[in-house]
Amino acid sequence: MKWLAGRVGQAIVTAALAVVLAFFLMRAAPGDPLSRLGDEHPLSPQQVQVLRARYGLDQPLSAQFRAFVAGAVRGDFGTSIQYGRPVSDLILQRLPASLLLGGTVLLITFVLGSWLGAMQALRAGSAGDQAVGALSLAAYATPSFWLGLVLAWLVGIEWRLLPAAGMHDPLLPMDASWATRALDIGRHLILPALTLAVVNIGATMRHERSAMLQALREPFVQSARARGLAEGRIRWHHAFRNALFPVVTLFGLWLPLVVAGSVFVEKVFAWPGLGALAADAVSARDYPLLMGVTVLVSLMVVGGALVADAAYALLDPRVRRA
Amino acid sequence: MRLPASTAIRRALATPRGRAGIMALAAIVLFGIFAPFALPDPFAQPDIVTEAMQAPSALHPFGTDQLSRDVLSRVATGARVSLAVAAVAVALSMTLGALVGLLAGYLGGAVDALLMRLVDGAMAVPRLFVLLLLVATWERMPLVALMLMIGATGWLGTSRLVRAEVLRLKDADFVRGAEALGARSGRIMFRHLLPNTMGPLLVAATLGVGDVILLEAGLSFLGMGVRPPTPSWGGMILDGKDVLTAAPWVSIFPGLAIIATVLAVNLFGDALRAASDPRET
Repeated sequence: MKWLAGRVGQAIVTAALAVVLAFFLMRAAPGDPLSRLGDEHPLSPQQVQVLRARYGLDQPLSAQFRAFVAGAVRGDFGTSIQYGRPVSDLILQRLPASLLLGGTVLLITFVLGSWLGAMQALRAGSAGDQAVGALSLAAYATPSFWLGLVLAWLVGIEWRLLPAAGMHDPLLPMDASWATRALDIGRHLILPALTLAVVNIGATMRHERSAMLQALREPFVQSARARGLAEGRIRWHHAFRNALFPVVTLFGLWLPLVVAGSVFVEKVFAWPGLGALAADAVSARDYPLLMGVTVLVSLMVVGGALVADAAYALLDPRVRRA
Repeated sequence: MRLPASTAIRRALATPRGRAGIMALAAIVLFGIFAPFALPDPFAQPDIVTEAMQAPSALHPFGTDQLSRDVLSRVATGARVSLAVAAVAVALSMTLGALVGLLAGYLGGAVDALLMRLVDGAMAVPRLFVLLLLVATWERMPLVALMLMIGATGWLGTSRLVRAEVLRLKDADFVRGAEALGARSGRIMFRHLLPNTMGPLLVAATLGVGDVILLEAGLSFLGMGVRPPTPSWGGMILDGKDVLTAAPWVSIFPGLAIIATVLAVNLFGDALRAASDPRET
């Protein structure tokens, strides 16, 4: 319990540092956050003055920082320049789509990745292991947005098998049943989820492969062999279950990264999630919105790491005493 | 026990993976350096009515884009840009990472606690978002600034790596010996400890090159990295996005160039990691 309290305190300090850092990064670039707004829309100096006053940019940096921190603590990141709506509303509206995509990708990479990694470990050094390893390295080298474009073009446009953009079919009747709607979302989900799964699965496979190799060398596996247990039972019941353990704890670390990593893929497939929101905020120089998404993703990183550590401690009591 | 960097390189080159990686990378670097001299001008727009979006042919092996520019020339010049960004950025992040890691690991105490807390906080903000925040507000970011920014955001993991190595080494006899002889902290850090962290640094640098190439391509794809008309692989994929059905080659070839380069670097990095840490096989 004391361990947990200490760990939570540490997470709070880290999160606070991340928020402060995000604020100063925004101010580190030459010019202020509104100076590039004129790139897209011609603004008169008077209009810029009004905007600067509206966003508090005419205040001294210390006052801006106080206002930002006071707002951030309440979950208030100001108003989006592009949409004219509170940043927190926009984020909440986009969060479900991101969680659906990120969750699907994590599920695929975790289930398939740990199975493939374990199979690789069982045949370590074989031609199959090497071929799968090379393929996963190639997938890791592929830019997600390029793979997304190619899939959208081939599967979505040339072959017309799956929708290549958005999350809903705009022509779906208003009174469509929930099953029809779910099926529709599912069809839209396939290509972006596949793209992200392909570029992300290599990391899980690699972790699982080395964890499984290690587990297969453990004394309890040898003792199970000595007791004459069936090889399949030893592999999957003894070794694999223990080799899953490091990968499971990575789950908490990866969820935010999946959300963060989906900026390009959401943009390519016009998936209405946080990643696409961030990409649009960048193009529109909508700095309050970009700040809000950045802070949320950073909090998810800290929270995810905390959950991962807590899960680890729950499963392995030695950590708590350390 | 880790092996010295030179041994690790030799062992990595003895594996098929490491050899394939380094040969492919050398071929790409040579292609980037020499091919632009023999190819058409990557900026020239010979005729945007009759020669735009030509399919690959003997004259234009990778076809032409919507402005009638030769895609192969642009891929070759893009190699220079991508590789230069990667080289500068990785050199900077390795330097910063080594410096912070050495200071934190060797000096310990309050310096260590402060630096590592800051690293924890900075690591919570994903690198892509840090860069997005910077490029979204920076007026006309020049290419050099982009290189430095990408480098300045990539040292956090390296500093932890170096710190861990330093902690492992700082009670070793050769360090204790140097201390007993009255060597100053600076000399111990840079003369005795730094050379011994070269192995892990080299692995991190190699794998970092692949990450930076993907990152720069991503930023350029969002229109936030290398500015047109300078050809960059990510920017070319963005150019081709609008004509994907009519002229898919405009996007496809730069994407293949990214995959080939990152795969080559990572194959070598992977072989290097396996060679420098015998447990990882």
